[in-house]
Amino acid sequence: MSEWLDDEAGPVVRPYALTRGRTRASREGFDLIAIIATAATSTFAPPNAGPEHVAILDLCVRPLSVAEISAKLKLPLGVVRVLLGDLLDLGLIVVRRPETENRLPNERVLKEVLNGLQAL
Amino acid sequence: MDSRRSDPSRGAAAMPLAVKILVAGGFGVGKTTLVGAVSEIKPLRTEEQLTDRSVGIDDTSGVERKTTTTVAMDFGRITIRDGLVLYLFGTPGQDRFWFMWDELALGALGAVVLADSFPSIDYFERRRLPFIVGVNCFDGAIQYDTEEIRAALDLDPRVPIILCDVRRRESGKQVLIALVEHVLSVMAERQRQAGAVIH
Repeated sequence: MSEWLDDEAGPVVRPYALTRGRTRASREGFDLIAIIATAATSTFAPPNAGPEHVAILDLCVRPLSVAEISAKLKLPLGVVRVLLGDLLDLGLIVVRRPETENRLPNERVLKEVLNGLQAL
Repeated sequence: MDSRRSDPSRGAAAMPLAVKILVAGGFGVGKTTLVGAVSEIKPLRTEEQLTDRSVGIDDTSGVERKTTTTVAMDFGRITIRDGLVLYLFGTPGQDRFWFMWDELALGALGAVVLADSFPSIDYFERRRLPFIVGVNCFDGAIQYDTEEIRAALDLDPRVPIILCDVRRRESGKQVLIALVEHVLSVMAERQRQAGAVIH
């Protein structure tokens, strides 16, 4: 947001004004840890894209989680999800969703996490 | 839309799979400190703004709320390898944000409950999400006996209790390792039980 305002000032624009009042993404399923990447083809943002759409496309040149996008752009999760829905509809981002369907985590992934933690 | 744009696999191939572990516990118990001690990035904060309607669902006070409420979650990240990233999420402290916990718990590998936090132990038991209890024993704090803690928390004997210092990276790492080992043993136990029912 504006650089001459400090954190104490609070948001200048009400967050959901950025989404034109929409509170739900057009498609469901942007989990907190869904990984978002700017599509290789999205060199140009569409003409009606807002600065926040462009900021997401710039940020996700390196894949990032939905939570990280929200934190780095200082936008509430709900707002980020609506904006991501717009970008996905336009084919400007790709999404890798976490494996949340199964009640039990994948054993192979767990063992990899264990090895990774032990090697830290 | 041209065909290149509609082929998500091109970009997705290079995208990591993300998994998460939750760190629960009451206010000031050291959730963010633990996340920060083991995370490769400075803990980040994500926020959600709630309308009065969603906040009011379990609010029996009868007080009209006109303002929005912000729920904040701190989180960190550990890159396990190329293509696999572990996120650590501190759960929002207030009990009235249980519905946020549902989203956080969905697909989580497991949880670390930093004592003293009875409500979160009840929550993870109900959801059958594997968890361990970490007891933060920093310098000068009373050294607890783990069996006293187990009795005080009325904890299942199979749930590990780990004494830790959440400020220290090595200690935080050992807590996470203990959790993942516990999750693996819970999974093996549940698979045995499922097999016993079938045969």
